[in-house]
Amino acid sequence: MTYLADVAALTRKDLRVELRARDTLPAMLLFVLSTLAVFHFALPEGTGDDAAYGLLWVAIVFTALLGLARAWVPEHEHGVLDGLVLAPCDRSAIWLGKTLATLAFLLAAQAVALPAFVLFFAPLDGTALAGVLLADIGICAVGSLMAALAAAGRARELLLPLLFLPLAIPLVVGGVGAAISPDGSQYLLLLALYDGIFAVLSWASFEYVVTES
Amino acid sequence: MGLAVLFAFFVAPEDADQGVSQRIFYIHVPIALTAYFCFGLGAWKALLLLWRGGERYDLESYVAIHQGTIFGSLTLITGSIWAKASWGVWWNWDSNQLVLFLTLFLFYCAYFMLRFSLPEGPRRERSSAVYALFGVALIPVSFFAIRLAEDFIHPVAFKRTGPDMEGTMFAAFCVSWAAVTLLAYVLYRVELVGKRLDSDLRELREALE
Repeated sequence: MTYLADVAALTRKDLRVELRARDTLPAMLLFVLSTLAVFHFALPEGTGDDAAYGLLWVAIVFTALLGLARAWVPEHEHGVLDGLVLAPCDRSAIWLGKTLATLAFLLAAQAVALPAFVLFFAPLDGTALAGVLLADIGICAVGSLMAALAAAGRARELLLPLLFLPLAIPLVVGGVGAAISPDGSQYLLLLALYDGIFAVLSWASFEYVVTES
Repeated sequence: MGLAVLFAFFVAPEDADQGVSQRIFYIHVPIALTAYFCFGLGAWKALLLLWRGGERYDLESYVAIHQGTIFGSLTLITGSIWAKASWGVWWNWDSNQLVLFLTLFLFYCAYFMLRFSLPEGPRRERSSAVYALFGVALIPVSFFAIRLAEDFIHPVAFKRTGPDMEGTMFAAFCVSWAAVTLLAYVLYRVELVGKRLDSDLRELREALE
């Protein structure tokens, strides 16, 4: 049970740091609201609701990227990541803690963004919301790993979108499909499949990303 | 080896009863298959690197993915030429294979961005290997996703001619495929030797200083 205790401790740490510093979450909130406002002008008169759902997903992905870009920054700033790697915990717990914390931030941002979307554009039904939830898991799982890969190098802010966006394509397909299609369940299945495969892959390979030998 | 490539060009014109644009099929499809194979090989070497360790797997994985990306660019270019000739457009979002290939191609282009942002060493080897493995995992998921996406992108307006081929066409295709695979293999070996020489030379230079 110490594995779960480690994960809980790491997640609590990230949440506490964010609550005290209050820099990432307000930025994500403001970004997603501003983006929705821009989309109002980006959509020409008379386009259907479907285009709005597509743009919602663009907004979600880019808001997540904003949050993910800053995900590993605290760890790199003061050599905390080295300390965590040296600590007697399973390295994948570091990834899981970070993923859960990022998920919390993304959900918090969406708690504001989704009602705003419904207000500005179009309604969201249960399938669409389930799609958002499942896709969030996938985004945070893969995004945490990609952010760790990118953070090690030189051009971190440039690199993360490049690494992440091709992997986000199935998530966008699943999310938009869940919102638009009359039979959303197959898209939810796709999202669940994606989450299963990539969460396990990220969980298993995080160790190789942060250690050197 | 050059003979094999030339042979592919001479065998293809034998099937003169097709439209001219069909000929590019003999080059385009083998190149596409080879690109997929190279990415798969790169991911396999990456897995070996993580599993067994050993520096040579890193270089082999990198060179395989490099070849895959080169052949991937050629696939997209030859495919666009074929598309313009037979469909009238350079690109078409309706086709699953195209979108899947584009996604994979973009993914592996980002591989190089990742690799060259990191300083040389075990960190770079492992990060590149992990990323290469993600690419291979992306293939089935993307395939499924893009197939589902057909429902709401828009319905297909035309049908592609099926790949059932009669005798001489099939023979020409096989010769062409063998030729392109050989070409890829030769390029792979040449580049691998070159990169190894590079790194040996660098080590010698550092040892002498």
